[in-house]
Amino acid sequence: MRAGGGGIVVRFTLNGREVEVTTRPNATLLDLLRNELKILSVRRGCETGECGMCTVLVDGLPVRSCLMLAPQVDGRSVTTVEGVGDPERLHPVQEAFVEAGAVQCGFCTPAMVLTAKALLDRDPNPDERTVKEAILGVLCRCTGYAKIVRAVRLAAERVAGGVRE
Amino acid sequence: MNRFNTHIIPVAFEYHEPRTIREALELLARWGEDAKILAGGTDLLVQMKMRRVEPKCLINIKGIPELDYIREGPTGVRIGAATRLRRLERSGAIKRLFPALHRAIRWMASVQVRNMATIGGNLCNASPAADTAPPLIVYGARVKLASVSGERTLPVEDFFTGPGQTAMRPGEMLTEIWIPRQPEVTGSAFIKVARTAMDLAKVNVAVALTLKGWSAFNVRIALGSVAPTPMRAREAEAALEGRPPTEDLLRRVGEIASEEIRPITDVRSTAEYRREVTKVIVADALREALGMVRVGGVA
Repeated sequence: MRAGGGGIVVRFTLNGREVEVTTRPNATLLDLLRNELKILSVRRGCETGECGMCTVLVDGLPVRSCLMLAPQVDGRSVTTVEGVGDPERLHPVQEAFVEAGAVQCGFCTPAMVLTAKALLDRDPNPDERTVKEAILGVLCRCTGYAKIVRAVRLAAERVAGGVRE
Repeated sequence: MNRFNTHIIPVAFEYHEPRTIREALELLARWGEDAKILAGGTDLLVQMKMRRVEPKCLINIKGIPELDYIREGPTGVRIGAATRLRRLERSGAIKRLFPALHRAIRWMASVQVRNMATIGGNLCNASPAADTAPPLIVYGARVKLASVSGERTLPVEDFFTGPGQTAMRPGEMLTEIWIPRQPEVTGSAFIKVARTAMDLAKVNVAVALTLKGWSAFNVRIALGSVAPTPMRAREAEAALEGRPPTEDLLRRVGEIASEEIRPITDVRSTAEYRREVTKVIVADALREALGMVRVGGVA
């Protein structure tokens, strides 16, 4: 693919649906999602890859959308929290977050849920250390993390029917 | 010009996604110093938001399959420059053969960043704090640099020429890292001092040594974040070379390394702290490496 300084057409799968957007090569994936596609659950935080608020899944892996250019997702699959569950039918990770009280202000919650989902998709039975390592890259200033870790392990129990001690 | 994070990428550029190394090199040859190579983007995009670099052309090499591999061969392991850190972290070969490198990668940034960042990018960014540099240096790794006019290789040790500066010439691209197999009875270790695992190192150190009888040979000690480039502490190495690694001597080697470094005071640490902590972590890393040999590790 190539494009000049003007517009560039990016086609990708967003939460299971094909989308085609005209954007600029110097738009980040974060810009594309928030400004063009109005997906506001993807937060604009530090813009340097430290805080993790802009986490999305690209081909199932959690990445920083502030550090990817929009054209880099051409042909790939992007998941935001809107693609994980819906208000009527929550994903087990979302259910567990609610039950464990792992949500306070809610700013980091979409990133946490996506990170937890990606972890459980790959490792349905993570130990506590693995959970902590996975969410290390998503900052939460409210919860102190204990309830988030508990929520992820609760979700693991439900998805896989057990957790390692 | 402002050096704050602008929260946008305030420059327009041409964007290319070559599918082969050849195509990428031709683009590099055409654009010269106006081009920047985009791999993981975890350093470059931040620099662009801060207007520290303003390329006219970005060449995204992440979609080049021939730059993404880990190949174990009889003489060592070859790693494609655009191989993601997360993949290296999960490689059995890296963990078994080069534990200091494995440890360094495991504690770099976060899972989300390691899913993006590449080993070649960590080297080309040429941060004095680059965590992959000290382990690659002590293992005697070499980088392969390619351009339209050919290829050359260079020890990783000679690759860095200053903060953000490398020995790469205009038109050259890092394509491969080769790490030689280490001799039997070799131990190695990596230690990083930072506020949290996600932070850049205040000081990092890698060591490797081979035991023959009771004495240490092939002693290599490399440190990061303590000089304009990752560096070897050659005097400290020489003090241990060929001698039995007694407790007293290990402490002395730490002290010598601490004299050899050229640390500065910056936002992450002070020069004084870096000197003090170097004494301790060099000795600790050597003890850990010796422990690995004694428990039968041959890495």
